[in-house]
Amino acid sequence: MEPLAIAEKIKNQFPAEVIEVVESRGQVGVIVAREQIGAMCRWLKDEPELRMDHLLALCGVDYVAKNGTYEVVYNLCSIPLRHMIRLRARVPADDCRIDSVTCLWRGADWLERECFDLLGIVFDGHPDLRRILLPEGWEGYPLRKTYPLRLPAEQEWQGYVQLKELSRELSRFDFYSDMLSNQAKAGANEAKK
Amino acid sequence: MGEVNQVELVEIEKGVKMIPGANAFIMALDKLVNWGRAGSVWPATFGLACCAIEMMDAGASYHDLDRFGMIFRASPRQSDALVVAGTVSKKMAPVVRRVYDQMPEPRYVVAMGSCACSGGVFNSYAVVQGCDEFLPVDVYVPGCPPRPEALMEGLMRLQDKIMGEHWRWSRWR
Repeated sequence: MEPLAIAEKIKNQFPAEVIEVVESRGQVGVIVAREQIGAMCRWLKDEPELRMDHLLALCGVDYVAKNGTYEVVYNLCSIPLRHMIRLRARVPADDCRIDSVTCLWRGADWLERECFDLLGIVFDGHPDLRRILLPEGWEGYPLRKTYPLRLPAEQEWQGYVQLKELSRELSRFDFYSDMLSNQAKAGANEAKK
Repeated sequence: MGEVNQVELVEIEKGVKMIPGANAFIMALDKLVNWGRAGSVWPATFGLACCAIEMMDAGASYHDLDRFGMIFRASPRQSDALVVAGTVSKKMAPVVRRVYDQMPEPRYVVAMGSCACSGGVFNSYAVVQGCDEFLPVDVYVPGCPPRPEALMEGLMRLQDKIMGEHWRWSRWR
């Protein structure tokens, strides 16, 4: 089925949910509200004419500066019927939550974790929503446009601060500092003579 | 009691003398130890990014690090040098440090490539701005990535540095 026809079908099934259908360079995106995303995905997966059994990718986009929302983008594909569609669910910036689709596609697990890790979008119903790329204990969500490129020293990740502390501490015990103290001692002996 | 002859020592190199007929040499202990260390610098196999490909190339048959006595070891416990080959992210930094901490003394660090030297183009929140922030680096090899010849040059500089060392061993503890 053609992408525009699929978009039309979604619009007929969920008239209240579809905000806009956009087309750019032959690719169709359906911008939807977040409330019924679970039901919509289930319908897309179970409808005999669509059968979207494969979640190609799931990612987040920061449009806060543009219209005050984040977007979660679902690229869906039907392996038996050979067609695709892109869903873009709007998530308001002041309430970053959306329903998880891990119950439909198991592969959404890590993709949603990545989205949470980098953009701070919370997926309700996710079995194990932890950071996946950044180290545990990291503060902030780096893919947000408001996140600084370089962190100021007082916001440095504590794990790295501790590492620098540790390397300073351990440098007292290596051969190099022994070499320096050996040489200093030899110098003192020479001076005595 | 036989007659004690005055033996003429033959100087075969600066600071190294041979006793003719006895098959023995006289030199400073430093020189012997440094010669042994410089001739068998075994780097740990530890690549982080694209520089690791050039490091593998330097170790492979065409450039052949083996001829310098450098054999890549798969365990830090058997290594003398750590080639930090690539971008060090802050999440990876504790792992790099742990590999270094597992190496027995004497140990050396070569920072390979722009990223390991200074952070390179990755001037960002997630990347360490030069691995000398948490490791004592002996040789910096610039380049993005450095060619195998550049890494070889860096390792030869490391050998020169080892040859010039004086009393690099532990005090009695």
